[in-house]
Amino acid sequence: MPSYVITEKCDGCKGGDKTACMYICPNDLMVLDPNAMKAYNQEPDQCWECFSCVKICPTQAIEVRGYADFVPLGSSIYPMMGTEDIMWTCKFRNGMVKRFKFPIRTTPEGDANAYAALKGKDLESQLLSTEEADGFKMPVPKTV
Amino acid sequence: MGIPNKPAGELKAVRDPEVVEKEVDILIVGGGMAACGTAFEVKKWMADGQTVLLVDKAAMERSGAVAQGLSAINTYIGENAPEDYVRMVRNDLMGIVREDLIFDLGCHVDDSVYLFEEWGLPIWKQSEEGKNLDGKKGQKMGTLKGGAKPVRTGKWQIMINGESYKRIVAEAAKKAIGDENILERVFIVELLLDKNRPNQIAGAVGFSVRENKVYIIKCKTMMVACGGAVNIYQPRSVGEGKGRAWYPVWNSGSTYTLCMKVGAELSMMENRFTPARFKDGYGPVGAWFLLFKAKALNGLGENFAASDAAKKELEFYAPYGTAAITPTCLRNHLMLFEMKAGRGPIIMDTVTALATLGKTMDKKELKHLESEAWEDFLDMTCGQANLWCAQDCEPEKKNSEIMPTEPYLLGSHSGCCGLWVSGPDFDWVPESFKIKADNGKVYNRMTTVNGLFTAGDGVGCSGHKFSSGSHAEGRMVAKQMVRFAKDHADYKPEIAVSKEEAVSIVYKPVRTFLDNCEYTTAIDINPNYMKPEGMMYRLMKATHEYGAGTATYYQTTSKNLEIVMDLLQLMREDCEKLAAGDLHELMRAWEIYHRIWTVESHLRHIQFRKETRYPGFYYQADYPNQDDANWFAFVNSKYDPKAKTWDVFKREYVKIVP
Repeated sequence: MPSYVITEKCDGCKGGDKTACMYICPNDLMVLDPNAMKAYNQEPDQCWECFSCVKICPTQAIEVRGYADFVPLGSSIYPMMGTEDIMWTCKFRNGMVKRFKFPIRTTPEGDANAYAALKGKDLESQLLSTEEADGFKMPVPKTV
Repeated sequence: MGIPNKPAGELKAVRDPEVVEKEVDILIVGGGMAACGTAFEVKKWMADGQTVLLVDKAAMERSGAVAQGLSAINTYIGENAPEDYVRMVRNDLMGIVREDLIFDLGCHVDDSVYLFEEWGLPIWKQSEEGKNLDGKKGQKMGTLKGGAKPVRTGKWQIMINGESYKRIVAEAAKKAIGDENILERVFIVELLLDKNRPNQIAGAVGFSVRENKVYIIKCKTMMVACGGAVNIYQPRSVGEGKGRAWYPVWNSGSTYTLCMKVGAELSMMENRFTPARFKDGYGPVGAWFLLFKAKALNGLGENFAASDAAKKELEFYAPYGTAAITPTCLRNHLMLFEMKAGRGPIIMDTVTALATLGKTMDKKELKHLESEAWEDFLDMTCGQANLWCAQDCEPEKKNSEIMPTEPYLLGSHSGCCGLWVSGPDFDWVPESFKIKADNGKVYNRMTTVNGLFTAGDGVGCSGHKFSSGSHAEGRMVAKQMVRFAKDHADYKPEIAVSKEEAVSIVYKPVRTFLDNCEYTTAIDINPNYMKPEGMMYRLMKATHEYGAGTATYYQTTSKNLEIVMDLLQLMREDCEKLAAGDLHELMRAWEIYHRIWTVESHLRHIQFRKETRYPGFYYQADYPNQDDANWFAFVNSKYDPKAKTWDVFKREYVKIVP
């Protein structure tokens, strides 16, 4: 499914400068009802279940209920995002619970090297900036 | 749309939105892997005074096909030769590909993978004893760039812990290009040609899905990389589950439509992809086949792909069918053969696979294996993991069904539809693959429209780029756009569209809605307009029934194609009456419009190619076999924006790699 918002937990991100789920949803599904100050999924049948809103929600107010047309009720999967890992709790319909922890990144958030100071030299070559800096030579195929 | 107890569309659209005009040298349309590559690379080549802007329909941190994450990078050349990469792609796509583009991509793709790892993407490594280490533990083995060994599942794929893949790549892209040069939540809906110079891109119009604002952006050069086309055929799940598309549900064919409508030549639009995936949840099967060595069984429990009948069928499609790796379409073909013969359903034998692997493992290793199996879903198709939980399915105890999906159009995965673009300007590249710009120069990945580039899913005839290749291709385009802008420093883009005309184009569905909405008591049902949701169902029904959808086991005929072309013509006419009451609905209106044009190009190409080149992806029943004598050629098409006519024609295939 569709992601759903738990009424009691959602505060409309009133403490923040933007509504997190609305900011992140790749399909523009999450919206804020400004009167209720609660978010909701405005088009559940276009939800990819990508969990972007679930992962970003600062109050853990968003979960996912499986697509009605083929997912039996009673199960859930829920992620807890850390800075280096993600921990998933997978609840089966029969009550069994499995937990999995996977790495998500090996550097601190914000540390990705943008090579801001790197300037390419030869605009007429086919080399990318980092390839040029490394002295990479363009291979030539063995042709027919 | 909208849930019944809440108002649909919180952001109401108004008749007269604000107009924002911008002018830059370089415009990047899209925010996925390709566009992030462009954003990372572009400033490294820009001269002082040159300007750039990136426009994304969503938020770069989670936009595009990698939004959810990925569990593997499917293209890493590593120890292999780029020539072998060409051979693999060529065989998978039944012979007709642009070997110049594929070889060229194969030379650059690893550089992007090195960057991903440096930025923090965890990449699995092999220990000295040949054991698999996850991306965190594997750090002690060093980096790929430094010579560490990745965990290969196939010859080209490497395993990653990719939940945050897109966030990491977007972070580097945003830092490199600068927040001030990014517009998020702006949807580009039409491109504009120059008023004076023929066949020269000059800008684009679009709107904000957050505020009532129309954008007119002029540029000297532009890349359009907005992914492929999804939800163009009726999906197997028609309720809520239609959101669970295999490819991202927000990919609306914008790449193809935007470019074709200004006259850019398309190539191989008849090609499509109907991946076989875990049924309904559409979880990936690659790791199951390659990493866990699972077999697919028919309903009788037979390993049908290894049968004599299957071997004979594959021999019919030699040399592709008899190659070491069976082409994706032929794997589907064998599966469909079983299903049609009444030997379905097709079952992935996860139980035997895990039991076999378990024989050589201790308890801790087995636990890790189970975790790997779940991570494969949780990293990239969370919904499939939930489906297993809901079905009380533990893969070591219960097998799962697999099924070929509805058709998708794309150019970066195991498909190759897209734009006809220039290859690089090397001596070994045939002249017929070089597109000369107005100044006589060749710009790698430029379309047949001056200054208009594409990458990723947009580039035709060159599949199997996947996430890493799309990123690398976006970087290649960045450099070419800077070069184009430099070579055209004196060019001042001029557009024929005034501010008011731009608004009347972009906000037409809003005005149609406001002019008519009070006529009836039910906002969605009105004889004077059509809501985008209704049009979406109309498109899906037509393609499903006539255009080789799942309804007919992907089969069509010349007569069926005639009928669907008539239906598409009516849809195009009725699109003039699309109506949108809020900004989200306005986005949907333009998306369905883009989808309809893209589907029309797809079906025109199928109609033109009088053979069945990709059995398993689609069948033209009037021409059920491959016909190399007549059809070993690219099928290209061009829409003439002035005359409003289509031309579909052949272009010669040239073999480069033996």
